[in-house]
Amino acid sequence: MIALTVNGKRSQVDAPADMPLLWVIREKLTLTGTKYGCGAALCGACTVHVDGQPVRSCTTPLSAVAGKKITTIEGLSAKSEHPVQKAWIELDVPQCGFCQSGQIMAAAALLTKTPNPSDDDIDNAMAGNICRCGTYQRIRAGIHRAAQIKTGGA
Amino acid sequence: MATVKASRVAVSRRALIKGGLAVGAGLVVGFQLPLIGRNASLAQTGSFTPNQWISIDRDGLVTIINSVVEMGQGSLSTMPAIVADELDTDLGKVRVTQAPANPKLYGNPVTGNQSYGGSRGVRDHIEMLRKAGAAAREMLKQAGADEWGVPMAEVDTDLDTVVHKPSGRRLPYSALVDKASKLPVPQNPTLKTPDRFRYMGKVIHRRDTPLKVNGSAVFGMDVAVPGMLIASIERCPVFGGKVKSFDATATKRIKGVKNVVQVTNGVAVVADSFWTAVRGRQALKVVWDDGAGASVTSAGIRQGYADAAKQPGQVARNDGDTDKALAAGAKTVEAIYEVPFLEHACMEPMNATASVKPDSCEIWAPTQSPGGSQQTGARISGLPVEKVIVNTTYLGGGFGRRGEQDFIVDPLETSKAVGAPVKVMWTRPDDIQHGFYRPSTYNVFKAAIDAQGNPIAWWNRIVGPGILIQKGRAQAGTIDPAAVEGVRNMPYAIPNVHVEWVDKDYGIPIGFWRSVGPSQNGFIVESFVDEMALAAGKDPVEFRKALLAKSPRHKAVLELAADKANWGAPLPAGRARGCAVMFSYGSYVAHVAEVSVAPDGKVRVHKLVGAIDAGFAVNPDQVKAQMEGGGIYALTALLYGAITIDRGRVQQSNFHDYPMLRINEAPVMETHILDSGAPAGGLGEPGVPTVAPAVCNAIYALTGKRVRTLPIQPETLKRT
Repeated sequence: MIALTVNGKRSQVDAPADMPLLWVIREKLTLTGTKYGCGAALCGACTVHVDGQPVRSCTTPLSAVAGKKITTIEGLSAKSEHPVQKAWIELDVPQCGFCQSGQIMAAAALLTKTPNPSDDDIDNAMAGNICRCGTYQRIRAGIHRAAQIKTGGA
Repeated sequence: MATVKASRVAVSRRALIKGGLAVGAGLVVGFQLPLIGRNASLAQTGSFTPNQWISIDRDGLVTIINSVVEMGQGSLSTMPAIVADELDTDLGKVRVTQAPANPKLYGNPVTGNQSYGGSRGVRDHIEMLRKAGAAAREMLKQAGADEWGVPMAEVDTDLDTVVHKPSGRRLPYSALVDKASKLPVPQNPTLKTPDRFRYMGKVIHRRDTPLKVNGSAVFGMDVAVPGMLIASIERCPVFGGKVKSFDATATKRIKGVKNVVQVTNGVAVVADSFWTAVRGRQALKVVWDDGAGASVTSAGIRQGYADAAKQPGQVARNDGDTDKALAAGAKTVEAIYEVPFLEHACMEPMNATASVKPDSCEIWAPTQSPGGSQQTGARISGLPVEKVIVNTTYLGGGFGRRGEQDFIVDPLETSKAVGAPVKVMWTRPDDIQHGFYRPSTYNVFKAAIDAQGNPIAWWNRIVGPGILIQKGRAQAGTIDPAAVEGVRNMPYAIPNVHVEWVDKDYGIPIGFWRSVGPSQNGFIVESFVDEMALAAGKDPVEFRKALLAKSPRHKAVLELAADKANWGAPLPAGRARGCAVMFSYGSYVAHVAEVSVAPDGKVRVHKLVGAIDAGFAVNPDQVKAQMEGGGIYALTALLYGAITIDRGRVQQSNFHDYPMLRINEAPVMETHILDSGAPAGGLGEPGVPTVAPAVCNAIYALTGKRVRTLPIQPETLKRT
């Protein structure tokens, strides 16, 4: 049994220590918003926050997050009111949407560190997240809009 | 542009998984009669159900069925908006459910199939869906007129309300449900005039966005049904290879592995979790019979194509006398263009879930073909087609890949073998190495230009496999339409045109890859036309326009893109523009790309200005989204895309060696919509074909180097 806190809830997980966090989240905790895209930390679809930092859960063993605080897309906000979620809805950023949980978690982490990012900041922070539908332009616009919302902009 | 704030009534997990409303069985109507009468089972509950698309209950809840699967293109939002507009209902309050597999009720009215590809969403359905909404509205109006005892001509509607114009009396639709249900269904109802559209032509927000920002949208991968096991399949690395024998001793020792069974596509390790199943595969010992495919290599394919290109092919188009004109030209241009195999790389790797029992068969799948999946279910379960239930989930990308049946076969066979519901999930390497690839081709061009700089001859021989022929959907020995699309119908007015196709198929599985034939033929035609323009000493936009006098829609989008991109205006040093224009899937698209090339040869696309004439843009913001997405899809292929074969095996396996364009490489994109008033055209694919040639034409303008082989090799553009 390994203890971890996911979305504010403490859990004891009965899983092998080397099981990737992604599968613990998806299959043991049935939080399916976090996606499998590559299994090799190449696409970012599995991005979650571990103690506030964006982490690729597909290559993070369960043992590495014992006792840590994990936030998944389901725990980013209670009612989709995080500025990034609001901006995404306003601009209809997603297409197929499969990568968007990872995009949103990466964008939320960026805004925590850099409240008003430039295009270059966005490119640097988001280059690890692939979107095969090609929503990059709207992701850029969405992050700028979220920054505005976060600072009380209309 | 006005914005319609559609509320985001969620399609519940349950509704998506269960596939919407129950439907009346046994209504056999051909697809040429798309509007089918009342739904008996719904009518009994007291709803007004004038056809298979609409139900209004006594509380006023309007339910609209969407048949086109949601793979990112926004159909779940756009299709119901078409119905809602004609019905004159509040789109924000409409409940939308996804159609179950039932081609008789929900088949595409043009193809008859319940299979979605070919950019057929809006363009094939708009007329039928408008009629469905209008018929219901006409019946509600009649019911109101009858209620008040007034002539129909005095009655109108105003958002879920019937209005008597002279007196101002109003009745909500909900109050007229019973009365309207008793009226005959008009077969040719009067449609709204565009000035009365509430939703069409304006921004229709996506109803799936809220579910896609909080993790609640259910993709195929997220399906969970009681008692479900999860499987991963070890597949023969060589195309066409088979299992000779396997030893699962070590696999079965792994805690959580439940079963190991042989299926058509390989050996399935069935477990309690995906991770366990994958570990089980690693412990599996399989002896393969590689078969004849094991000798195929990319180099061999290329040589085979080059040899075949020396032989005549089937003539796909022959205007005038090209041989004579080629000999008479003041100038000739010759070139060879080559494009590689490409994999779709949907963000969600292939997967599907099935439960096969002696008397039932149910499928949960992110499929582009609910109808095809139902057929596959019937074939494997042995049950009649109508007994097979298909629940279509959200698709994590489609691009043509998810119209195939291989990933549907997997869980059906595995479930049947183990006697439990099974979800089969593919790893990313499975997905990249066992695809249905965009064909690689080899293309020889010759052209002649007269002394005045006018093109007088166009000769082109295409060598490669035919998708429809390989799939048995076109006859061997005929011309595969997909192979020549975009070349055979190239629009330029040149007096002598000769196009041939040589069918050369090495057995690599091929399939429909976003924009199919035009995905490569756009590149070769629009690059070669540029070569001709420059040989003629003319501006590439002006050269094209002069040859497009009889193709006004091509010309108009080209002019629009050129104008918006300031074609001809000076650019900063080290940048250049290129253009291309193409018709595909019912729509006309032009692109102007603005490009720079670094000293190491790395290409940077700074800006893509696109223009599209898709007839009438029902949902302009999603037209833009598709142009943006098509642009990125095309750039990925142009800059990185190559599937290569060694000993019958795909050499790439994941995003490190089959890279995708990333946000730091994405250009600024502009989309300009030209509403020509023509019938609606396709949207998902037409944004792809013109991007690669526009970029390569810009590269030539900048460097004098012509890219004729894809993907771009930076070392060939290096400045020495």
